[in-house]
Amino acid sequence: MSLQDIHIKVADAHSVGNVEAILNEIATRLDDFVNTSETGLIDLKSLPFSTDEYERLRAMLGRGEVTARLNSIGESEIYETHFPGVWWVTHYNVEGDIVADLIEIASVPAILQSQWEDVRTGLGRLRQTLTSVRGEPVEP
Amino acid sequence: MDAQELLIWVRGAGLQIAAAVFVLGMSYRMLHLLLIGRKKSLAEARGSEWAGGLRTMWQRSFVLPKLSPRGRFTVVAGYLFHLGFFVTLFFLSQHIALFRAVFGFGWPALPRGVIDIAAVLSLGAMVALLAHRLVDPVKRLLSDYQDYLTWALSFLPLLTGFMLLREIAFEYVTLLTLHIASVELLLIAAPFTKLAHMFSTFISRWYNGAVMGFKGIRT
Amino acid sequence: MKEQETLEQRLGEQGVSRRAFLKFCAALATMMALPPSSASAIAAALAKAKRPSVIWLSFQECTGCTESLTRSHSPTLESLIFDMISLDYHHTLQAASGHAAEQARDEAMKAFYGKYLLLVDGSIPLKDGGVYSTIAGRTNLDMLEEAAKGAAAIVAVGSCAAFGGLPNAQPNPTGAVAVSDIVKDRPIVNISGCPPIPAVITGVLAHYLTFGELPALDELGRPKAFYGETIHDRCYRRPFYDQGKFAKTFDDEGARNGWCLYELGCKGPTTHNACATTKWNGGTSFPIESGHGCIGCSEPKFWDAGSFYTPLSAPAADVATVAQVSMVAGAGAAVAMGALDRVKKQKLQQSREKLTVEDLKGD
Repeated sequence: MSLQDIHIKVADAHSVGNVEAILNEIATRLDDFVNTSETGLIDLKSLPFSTDEYERLRAMLGRGEVTARLNSIGESEIYETHFPGVWWVTHYNVEGDIVADLIEIASVPAILQSQWEDVRTGLGRLRQTLTSVRGEPVEP
Repeated sequence: MDAQELLIWVRGAGLQIAAAVFVLGMSYRMLHLLLIGRKKSLAEARGSEWAGGLRTMWQRSFVLPKLSPRGRFTVVAGYLFHLGFFVTLFFLSQHIALFRAVFGFGWPALPRGVIDIAAVLSLGAMVALLAHRLVDPVKRLLSDYQDYLTWALSFLPLLTGFMLLREIAFEYVTLLTLHIASVELLLIAAPFTKLAHMFSTFISRWYNGAVMGFKGIRT
Repeated sequence: MKEQETLEQRLGEQGVSRRAFLKFCAALATMMALPPSSASAIAAALAKAKRPSVIWLSFQECTGCTESLTRSHSPTLESLIFDMISLDYHHTLQAASGHAAEQARDEAMKAFYGKYLLLVDGSIPLKDGGVYSTIAGRTNLDMLEEAAKGAAAIVAVGSCAAFGGLPNAQPNPTGAVAVSDIVKDRPIVNISGCPPIPAVITGVLAHYLTFGELPALDELGRPKAFYGETIHDRCYRRPFYDQGKFAKTFDDEGARNGWCLYELGCKGPTTHNACATTKWNGGTSFPIESGHGCIGCSEPKFWDAGSFYTPLSAPAADVATVAQVSMVAGAGAAVAMGALDRVKKQKLQQSREKLTVEDLKGD
């Protein structure tokens, strides 16, 4: 028996009808963003998808110019889709399981922006570094 | 008692009670009916009882007689309802699963589209028949409470079943409970009302034909 | 017990960045099935949240609920949530044992009277004075009643604590009941399931931490966010149900094509839970996805609802035998009545006076 003898049946692409619904939702949010610059978020984990539907959505949104990786309590993948302003944000935990899967409508996803608290502590650290380089005390 | 317990009851004890009443009542009434028997006719037979009986069974069931418009409406709507009821009852996949569980065997189901059409036609015919019964003076005069009761008892399973498949108005648990409960009411009432015709109708058709056949009269 | 410390301080001490915290809040919003935009509100609330004391009591149970929780799919987020509570008593997880363990419970109950969160898994046996399950010589009933008095709220974890579960199934030899059958004067949230979805347990905890109150509940006391819809409503095989395409056995063509499992006994249509979207084992799949119907484990009395493999449209009890007995009884009654009729007829014939010509002649 050769490999050709094994018949592989490709299952029909069964639609739960959510791909169209999500694309519509994205279009509405993007329209809001264009007109009022109001950002938007869609939670993909709360929607029932069959595996091929999920892949279909991915294929239809495509990939744009920007991809970012975040390393913080597990990885996060953030990329702009083929449609500018539409970002696909996927958070993983350390084991690599998806913990949040979002479509974000924004010019830059909130998670990518530097956080003021972090900036402040970062400044402190930088000053400390400078101190050790110069060997003089930090100004209060 | 919450929704789940109610469902467990109608699928369990409730169904057992309904089945017991239905089977006991029906087997008693039908067998009793047959045991009453007929006095042996001493006259010489002018024709075959069997031929007459079978012919009448066939004619009254499958041949549309020449009728007045009123009669034609009643017959056509009546057939539509019975046919739709029969198709949904015996050819919906979920129902066949029920028969398989009880009798140990099943048969192929009809596609959902066919069932849907049958159910809608059946429901429509029933509503039209009720309206006609209420509007037509002769029919209204002939109707008693049992006609309305049996109408409701037959209509509810069809309606709740239709709603259940689409989850209309209520949750699935509630609709399933209502559907099964409505069927149980139908089962319990059947042996003691006009609904008993589901078994006796062919017996009486044969009987009428046989009597006439014996006398050599074609019906 | 550093209960006065806020979460923000704790995270800062652990070197968790604000960005990591935001990511955590995004995951929490997803977990709690809240709109994703609420992540920033969650972040603001959590930053100020204080660690509540939690007492976890295990009664008639199999430890499956604790297993589910500790095998939770996101260990880091998980541990963050657990960092946010002060688990002062859990006899399976805690290091202390014996008198030291019981003492820890007493102390926590005293120190946080009226403020602690009480988690319960397992049902409570009432028969014969509750002797069928005891801890440190005390019955479960006694321990629950005492702990419930000082609880701000009670979380019944798993179907046993929520509805009685397996111990409560017929014939219920220990007289097992649910927490809500005993405690009437405290807010109770039921997280049913056998076991419950770990994300739902942590989601409810996170909700309590974030908003300081229990989430919106359905009529059975379950959080609507997770139990608002049926498995069937969110099932990816739903289109096959609507088309009337059913697998008839576990290995037929329909099963291979991934058709609806209704006729193989799936209880999805009558079961409220989040399995179809939250899934199990780190989002791998849920029972229907691996080819087995839903057994309805998050609903009351699911052990008594007939076989797991009987379709919902089929009887949950033996109807065939009942019908056979009834048929014999009906036939017997008919024969008896028929005989009686015959006797009556004969009597009537015998007693009948013959009509004579004389009778007709009368004036």
